[in-house]
Amino acid sequence: MMKLEAIIQPSRFESVKDALREVGIEGMTVTEVRGHGRQKGHTEVYRGREYTVDLLPKLKLEMVLPDKLVNTVVDTILKTAKTGKIGDGKIFLSRVEEAIRIRNEERGENAL
Amino acid sequence: MKHALWKCSLLVAMVLIAVPLPAQQTPPSASQTSVTNERLAQLDQRVTAAQSSADNAWMLVSAALVLMMTGPGLALFYGGLVRRKNTLAIMMQSFMLMAVITGMWALVGYSLCFGGSGPVIGGFEHAFLRGVGAEPNADYAGTIPQMTFMVYQLMFAIITPALITGATAERMKFSGTVLFLILWFLVVYAPLAHMVWGKGGLLNAALGGKFPTLDFAGGTVVHISSGVSALVCALYLGKRTGFPKQPMPPHSLVLSFIGACLLWVGWFGFNAGSALASSPLATSAFVATHFAAAAAALSWSAAEWIKNGRASALGAISGAVAGLVAITPAAGFVAPMPALVIGVVAGAFCYWMVTRIKAIFGYDDALDAFGVHGAGGTIGALLTGVFATRLINPIFGPGKAVGGSDGHWGQVGNQFVGVLIAWGFALVGTLVLLKVVDLITGLRVTEDQEIEGLDITQHGEEAYNLEP
Repeated sequence: MMKLEAIIQPSRFESVKDALREVGIEGMTVTEVRGHGRQKGHTEVYRGREYTVDLLPKLKLEMVLPDKLVNTVVDTILKTAKTGKIGDGKIFLSRVEEAIRIRNEERGENAL
Repeated sequence: MKHALWKCSLLVAMVLIAVPLPAQQTPPSASQTSVTNERLAQLDQRVTAAQSSADNAWMLVSAALVLMMTGPGLALFYGGLVRRKNTLAIMMQSFMLMAVITGMWALVGYSLCFGGSGPVIGGFEHAFLRGVGAEPNADYAGTIPQMTFMVYQLMFAIITPALITGATAERMKFSGTVLFLILWFLVVYAPLAHMVWGKGGLLNAALGGKFPTLDFAGGTVVHISSGVSALVCALYLGKRTGFPKQPMPPHSLVLSFIGACLLWVGWFGFNAGSALASSPLATSAFVATHFAAAAAALSWSAAEWIKNGRASALGAISGAVAGLVAITPAAGFVAPMPALVIGVVAGAFCYWMVTRIKAIFGYDDALDAFGVHGAGGTIGALLTGVFATRLINPIFGPGKAVGGSDGHWGQVGNQFVGVLIAWGFALVGTLVLLKVVDLITGLRVTEDQEIEGLDITQHGEEAYNLEP
């Protein structure tokens, strides 16, 4: 099992979600986050006072995947979340030891 | 004009009554003459009643419009400009004034402003609203019930202290704010209102003032007084914790936008209503008000566009308010074209005040009560002396020059005296009152409370509980 975390542009979320559903992903957790990588923020001016906003809104998708699906999902996200500009985000993968479904205590990939 | 119309209708009535008489070829008998006189008296009464109804209708609507400027107008305008954690606190201050000044007004406020005829302050003649009823008060507004005049003027007394809360925002205690503003209303507002508008007041232009200052709807009484006091408050209270390093952007310009638009509309009641009649003068003030607001919105936006390369929504609405402030003393004295000029000047001047001057001196006038009301009120009062004309309002008598554009440049000097007195009164009065209130309730919240926000620490609630 792998855990996938993807930080993406909020504007790409609908396309990413639809494409993931098509390849068989049934669940995900989405969080609104703020951050920045190489993308610079912007400046806002209120009555002459300038504020630099360098943390920009992003969405974080989290899902734990059975090993066989990982490559498909990564490809799908790469295809649908990309605009080609700085600020498109990142994907992180990490190994997961165990998954347990709370309702019936199923374990492993069955719990996903 | 009104008088002429009235005479004409009487004449027509007399002709109508007189025409059938020659046909009878007999001289009118004594009883016929008395019938005619009776009919004339009746007609006279009806004309007066009709005019009174028309004026009263407009003045009641105007009073409601001016109340709308405080809540929701100013409450939303200021409410959007503060950070989220202080939204209810600033709105509550405006709302509280709607209630508390109303009480004060009934007890002594109206009397101190419009009772008696002293040079500095009124008396207790109308305390507890004694003698304020359906009969007009000919000194102020001869065609409407004095009670209408009273309630209309009350709305001005409500919004003026509310304007000050823009400078003390996000750091002043609720208890201290309420106590300070009540005292401020009695010690600063009431005397100034009497001096400028009250019978025998030092600065009154129509009722025997020594320095006749033209102030149609409150440039000195409302805007200079509140704006200058706001500056004193900002200096006395000190900066908000974290200012100017920490960003403190407005939490909802949408609220401010709605508030500013309500202020613009409400200002028609404020300025055009100050004609105290549904008269051509009211129309003139209405038009001047609207034109100045539009011109100032454009000039502030233009200044921003030149400086930052963009015109902001906050800039446009701030400009409109600055224009409305500046036209307030001038509304019933100037023609539409000068109103545009006043608007253009006010928009650019106030932009410069809140961006450059505030930055140079470093005072934390949180929502720019001084930068807009103090500065705009001052420039408006002076320009009133320049552009006032007898063609719009022959306040000094038929044919007599009124302002600089009529050739009476001395009026600019009178305006200057009025401005100086208003500045001095507001400066000293506010400073003394702040000291007093500081001793009684204290003025500033603790730093912890300030960081947590005034909504929770002063009122025990939050503006936005968006969680399900």
